[in-house]
Amino acid sequence: MSGTRIWASLLGFGLISILPSIGAGADITLLNVSYDPTRELYREINEAFAKRWQAKTGKTVEIRQSHGGAGKQARAVIDGLEADVVTLAQAYDIDEIAARAGLLPADWQKRLPYNSSPYTSTIVFLVRKGNPKGIKNWDDLVKPGVKVISPNPKTSGGARYNYLAAWGYALQQPGGDEAKAREFVTKLFKNAPILPTGARDATNTFVQRGIGDVLLAWENEALLATKELGKDKFELIVPSVSILAEPPVAVVDKVVDKRGTREVATAYLQFLYSDEAQQIVARNHYRPRVEAAAKAAGVEFPKVKLFTVDEVFGGWNKAHKAHFASGATFDRIYRPGR
Amino acid sequence: MDTALILQPTKPQRGGIGGPSTPATTEPLAVRGVLITIALVFLGVFLGAPLAVVFAEAFAKGTAAYWESLREPDALAAIKLTLLTAALAVPANLVFGVAASWAIAKFDFVGKSVLITLIDLPFAVSPVISGLIYVLLFGLQGWLGPWLAAHDIKIIFAVPGIVLATIFVTFPFVARELIPLMQAQGNEEEEAALSLGASGWQTFRRVTLPNIKWGLLYGVILCNARAMGEFGAVSVVSGHIRGLTNTMPLHVEVLYNEYNFVAAFAVASLLAVLALVTLAVKSAVEWRYRRELKRGGATPGPGGPA
Repeated sequence: MSGTRIWASLLGFGLISILPSIGAGADITLLNVSYDPTRELYREINEAFAKRWQAKTGKTVEIRQSHGGAGKQARAVIDGLEADVVTLAQAYDIDEIAARAGLLPADWQKRLPYNSSPYTSTIVFLVRKGNPKGIKNWDDLVKPGVKVISPNPKTSGGARYNYLAAWGYALQQPGGDEAKAREFVTKLFKNAPILPTGARDATNTFVQRGIGDVLLAWENEALLATKELGKDKFELIVPSVSILAEPPVAVVDKVVDKRGTREVATAYLQFLYSDEAQQIVARNHYRPRVEAAAKAAGVEFPKVKLFTVDEVFGGWNKAHKAHFASGATFDRIYRPGR
Repeated sequence: MDTALILQPTKPQRGGIGGPSTPATTEPLAVRGVLITIALVFLGVFLGAPLAVVFAEAFAKGTAAYWESLREPDALAAIKLTLLTAALAVPANLVFGVAASWAIAKFDFVGKSVLITLIDLPFAVSPVISGLIYVLLFGLQGWLGPWLAAHDIKIIFAVPGIVLATIFVTFPFVARELIPLMQAQGNEEEEAALSLGASGWQTFRRVTLPNIKWGLLYGVILCNARAMGEFGAVSVVSGHIRGLTNTMPLHVEVLYNEYNFVAAFAVASLLAVLALVTLAVKSAVEWRYRRELKRGGATPGPGGPA
């Protein structure tokens, strides 16, 4: 091989790779910026919506997906990731987009039914088969020698729900007050040997790497993990009380107006409330708003007493300031290695 | 400059690879055996085993599943984006690297040491920070963001941002390879060419370039390997849009997080193959170069193993 030929082959290699990348092919594309555990859900939703939209308007639509930790995804939209719609873990994430970048109005949550959250979920426990540590309720998590896996509340939306669910449970116990709740949550996080950054990270830590006795997880995430990675290896434990998670969705006004996609983006989010989509929601282990949809999809969700962030903590903004902001309660109670 | 000189590889001397070894310079058999065993075990555990795992997992469900996951549109898009990024980043750094090392090795000017330090910056800075720099610069809330948005120019969360971040992290490879080489060669041949009436460009093309071509090629290979494998910086500026702004390393992460282990390792195995090809080409270049050296060329060789 002569020097010239090496250069020529390198050049050829370069040229081949500059071939035009695959075109979208569809008449319209939308970008849905979402959080971690919704990958499987939206893959199915997008297909169903594309069919519906084509039947209705004759136009093809392709919905592109971006997934990651909710906070990180919100930050990307703030920094200019052109999302037509955002489907994130908490209202707080979308509030940040409204406040910091002004891409949508502050009252975005009033624009769609049920606080703009077409599906809900809750926090449950995933334990190893046979439940060797006998974990039944929140109290069992603070016992000595139980290793709890939860993502880090500083970076993960799901972990904030874990934290608030535990706090709310302790408050509702006989004689429960702020001090008791704080002590309970402190003990709980003392039992957490590591804090992965995101919900999917935490699941992989527990399931793949086999670390910990109990995983605090979204119900949908726990059900998916058992389905994908072996029903015979894990058991789902539903505590007596847990928190209602309402993952919200919103059209990003400035982006859809710039791209001329308002009509289809709005229709896309409204589709989430349809019977068809609600059944897909149930099949993907989220709790649908339309209860009949779960039955129609042949899915049964265990009964659990649920409280909301608004009821117990006075809304996400307050909860965030009191618990997760820099120097707030979580920073004060969590001391790794002690 | 001093560090650059230290980095310069030593020419094969007695006892070196390829040179004749004499009993006086050889360790006892036992010591050699222990050292070689340690090295081999280390290589096996830290390089061989992971590589084997990648391919074993990739083919865990058979070759059909393997090819299926590589032919999937999102995977194809990721492969194309990775190749495109490398095809843009490598030539850019080639031009920059040659220009910078030419300037540093052949001329004296104010701020030369500052330039050398700056070239090393991407090695010193964490790739995540490199990515964040671009977000802070081109992001909607960044310095240039509002202007770019007004003119509908997309940089971050699009292909240009990925290419820029890759160029930044692969910045030093070519220049770092060439600077010591060119400094060692000195200016004599160029001066001779100039005094014989060659123009500046002729001198560069006919004298300098042939002298540095192996070092240059070596730098390009390393640069290319890193450009294809870069994760941190690209992850920050990508936006992770499936089929659009996911490079191969990012796509591997996405697939892994979706419990799609076969596909994740299939794409990973492709990256591994690219790395092995890179190593093979690198070895071929070194071998070619050594042969040329033996035939009587006296120019110092490319960095790395002598």
